[in-house]
Amino acid sequence: MVSAVLATAACGGGAPASDQSTPQAGAGVQINGAGATFPYPIYSKWFAEYNALHPDVRINYQSIGSGGGIRQLTNRTVFFGATDGPMTDDQLKAAPSPVLHFPTVLGAVVPIYNVPGVQGDLQFSGAVLADIYLGKIQKWNDPALVKLNPSAKLPATDITVVHRSDGSGTTFIFVDFLSKVSPAFKDKVGVATSVNWPVGVGGKGNEGVSGLVTQTPASIGYVELIYARQTNTAYGAVQNAAGAFVKASNESVTAAAAEAAANMPADFRVSITNAPGANAYPIASFTWMLLFENADDKVQSAAMFNFLKWALTDGQKAATELGYAALPPAVVTLEQAALARVKVS
Amino acid sequence: MRARSQDLGFRLTTGAFAVALVAIVAGIGAALVSQSWLAIGKFGLGFWRTSTWDPVAGDFGALPFIWGTLYSSILALLLATPVALGIAIFISELCPAPLRTPLVFLTELLAAIPSIVYGLWGIFVLVPAVRTLQTHVPDSLRTLPFFSGPPLGVGMLSAALILAIMVVPFTSSVAREVLKAVPVAQREGAYALGATRFEAIRAAMFYARTGIIGAGMLGLGRALGETMAVTMVIGNNPQVSASLFAPQYTMAAVIANEFTEAADELYLHALIEIGLVLFVITLIVNGLSRLLIWSMARSGQARKPARPAEASA
Repeated sequence: MVSAVLATAACGGGAPASDQSTPQAGAGVQINGAGATFPYPIYSKWFAEYNALHPDVRINYQSIGSGGGIRQLTNRTVFFGATDGPMTDDQLKAAPSPVLHFPTVLGAVVPIYNVPGVQGDLQFSGAVLADIYLGKIQKWNDPALVKLNPSAKLPATDITVVHRSDGSGTTFIFVDFLSKVSPAFKDKVGVATSVNWPVGVGGKGNEGVSGLVTQTPASIGYVELIYARQTNTAYGAVQNAAGAFVKASNESVTAAAAEAAANMPADFRVSITNAPGANAYPIASFTWMLLFENADDKVQSAAMFNFLKWALTDGQKAATELGYAALPPAVVTLEQAALARVKVS
Repeated sequence: MRARSQDLGFRLTTGAFAVALVAIVAGIGAALVSQSWLAIGKFGLGFWRTSTWDPVAGDFGALPFIWGTLYSSILALLLATPVALGIAIFISELCPAPLRTPLVFLTELLAAIPSIVYGLWGIFVLVPAVRTLQTHVPDSLRTLPFFSGPPLGVGMLSAALILAIMVVPFTSSVAREVLKAVPVAQREGAYALGATRFEAIRAAMFYARTGIIGAGMLGLGRALGETMAVTMVIGNNPQVSASLFAPQYTMAAVIANEFTEAADELYLHALIEIGLVLFVITLIVNGLSRLLIWSMARSGQARKPARPAEASA
């Protein structure tokens, strides 16, 4: 069932008055999308800014989660979807017509911790993080941790492991990284938005994890980079594939994506965790918008086409202002070429 | 004639409402079954008995969630009922008149607080307090299965406490109404026989016992379905543990946590089957409480046939 909504200028409830002053009366287009919560702040900012530039285009976005976004796109209840983890082959097959992925911005996940007596940043390697989340490393003064942090006074206390309890793209990125660096983790836990954690307690949302870590002595957790930054939470450095310890920043996350651009698959479904390159932060990921290649409603397709062109160029500045890492220019160039696949007439 | 047709119309309308309610409940049940068909077919009754919950491997069992829901709710019932009864007795029997209205207002205010607010309060106040309490539990007690595990703060005890606080206003206001419905003659009779105040209240409570059980069951029903506040303090770790300190999980919490990101069909069906299990368990608990009330009412009548009709909530 196609439930795409073509709103005329007259039926925009609560719409700004500029609607009426648009030169081509009746040409207004309203587009509905749904999906990931992680890019919600930048998407809502983009849609508002874009609406100010193009009053005839109104885009509504509901941040219901990546899974919900994929489901609603597949059922065609929304015109576009958004996800933090690319659609699987099975999900693409289940979709009524071919779906295109477009990376919009970059996100990263950082380890946060609360260790009594430890000041300054701790350093982690992927293998150590995996062993902590597998329950193999149980004490803060484990030799593996001491080796990475020779100058820190690590206590002999048990580690309280905190993870997300809700299904989340943040978890997806984190376990994707741990599975790449630890075969044991891949074997025992695997990659998904919710996984069967062998140890630990679950907090709901970034705020739940961060709340638990702040309050529980000797704990470790993981949150989105943006969240850690907005709340001024200290976070650790992680060893990347080149062996360097890198703290997450806009530059190091964009660097990880730039490495991926070199051998980017045509459908942009790529994981950039554990990216090569000395400056690349290893727990990073694209977040994607999902569009049907050949949607029934060409007016909406054309509007989304124009919007994405804008978001990939002018929009990226707003992204960095909000704390998202911008797409590397090479990826933008690839996407601009790929946009031609969206059928607009 | 006119009055009669009016009567008929009224009967049909109200009857239709009553039937609609039953139809809605049946419809919910049918929808839950049809939406969880994949999981029912794949796991069968094993869904109720196994404890693995692995979305990656597509292996689902509901036992830890059933356990966590029942454990936390029953614990909350045990904690809340005595307090709620105390409040109800104080307000209806002992309270000085000027205090009564503010007290009633305050207990009912507790019921009006959104559960997310309870959850936040739980994270920032209750959980640290529980953690402090846990660190002071003597080592001799720690060997008991109820107190094993590290002091995390989040876990079964925090969940039961927050549920108890949320349930108290419901149970106490129903219990208060029930006590209010006890005929004055009951108390006067008790006093006439030389009863003390305590004995008179005990007699009133005995008279109202089925209604009081009903009040407790209402609280239990509320605790079974509570989602937000519980998921924020229970630790969300699917395990079957007797320990009050252990992080556990409830059915409502896992649905709320994982539904939005469940893109895989079987996963989605397993989550909806959790909803079905919760639905069935709620029905069973309600049925059992009806049965309990009914059997108490019957035995009461058998022993004392002269007793007037039951007071009920």
